[in-house]
Amino acid sequence: MSDTSADNIVNEAQFGDYFALLKPRVMTLVVFTAFVGLLAAPVSVHPFVGFTAILFIALGGGASGALNMWYDADIDAIMRRTQKRPIPAGKVTADEAKALGIALSGVSVLMLGLAANWFAAAFLAFTIFFYVVIYTMWLKRWTPQNIVIGGAAGAFPPMIGWAAATGGVSIESVLMFALIFLWTPPHFWALALFMRNDYDNAKVPMLTVTHGRRATRAHIFWYTVVLAIFAMAAGFTSLGGPVYLSVAAILNVQFLIGAFRIWRRDEDASEADNFAEERKFFKMSLAYLFLHFGAILVEAGLDRFGVWA
Amino acid sequence: MSIGRQHEIHKRRFSRNMGLGLVLAAFVVLVFGLTVVKVTDGNVSQAISGSVAK
Repeated sequence: MSDTSADNIVNEAQFGDYFALLKPRVMTLVVFTAFVGLLAAPVSVHPFVGFTAILFIALGGGASGALNMWYDADIDAIMRRTQKRPIPAGKVTADEAKALGIALSGVSVLMLGLAANWFAAAFLAFTIFFYVVIYTMWLKRWTPQNIVIGGAAGAFPPMIGWAAATGGVSIESVLMFALIFLWTPPHFWALALFMRNDYDNAKVPMLTVTHGRRATRAHIFWYTVVLAIFAMAAGFTSLGGPVYLSVAAILNVQFLIGAFRIWRRDEDASEADNFAEERKFFKMSLAYLFLHFGAILVEAGLDRFGVWA
Repeated sequence: MSIGRQHEIHKRRFSRNMGLGLVLAAFVVLVFGLTVVKVTDGNVSQAISGSVAK
């Protein structure tokens, strides 16, 4: 939007380029999980207030995405997966992304506070700070546990949704946090196993590089074991019920089998079938998270209509 | 570079001007809706007439 860009006809940024700075695919996950957190809460919220709260939680997530793209523009230009993002593609300048990210952070926190409550707003502000400063600026390039810490930022939205309705935190919202927090490392480490060159080239200290691929396979398995315990535990709180427990039991058994297979495999076997097992596990992980939160949503709906009462 | 009434830059930037315009309009509607819900619990005519629910 600067004056010097007026003559830059070839790489003129369109509205969609600014929207892409907000990482819309990540925002859909934020919208979905925050929505589930809001609806699963035992306090009912006016639909319009609920809609506004979800919208600004998503916008806060988008703002942190823009700030992440501003700070990580150098490594985004190296990794194949991120080369087409608006800054490395030359559509938007890093300063524009920073300005957009800061402005939207302020707007989203303020509007969530006005729409819902100031506890939820403070929680959103902390999440943005955590993702941008603690994860992106500090730990991502420094520790191989980067994925674990980054996962925490992605795990806050259902807690914020819950807080928007109740004004606080409870065991249920902590368990929803744990579900995403513990799911993130196996999900991304499986990706790192079959997309290895990207992270190596960008010198991001992924576990595959710092501790080796065998250790990564073991980490995937043990994180999945802990994840399964927390996922099943959630079924025995007010989040759960017969639907959730049935879905969680099937998914966790499948996920554990997949993680166990990855753990027991060696590199030769993986190379031979072009990481088929790791790719399958990665795909399954997407369904795993979606179906768990879907089941919580179904339970909340059934509860609201008095089916289990 | 002179900017005429209909310069090429207007065409080129149409999508982002239009997008920003729609976002701002949606924001106004959102704040109005939120105000109506907060003040009158969803009664638009009450909100416009200015009487507050007791």
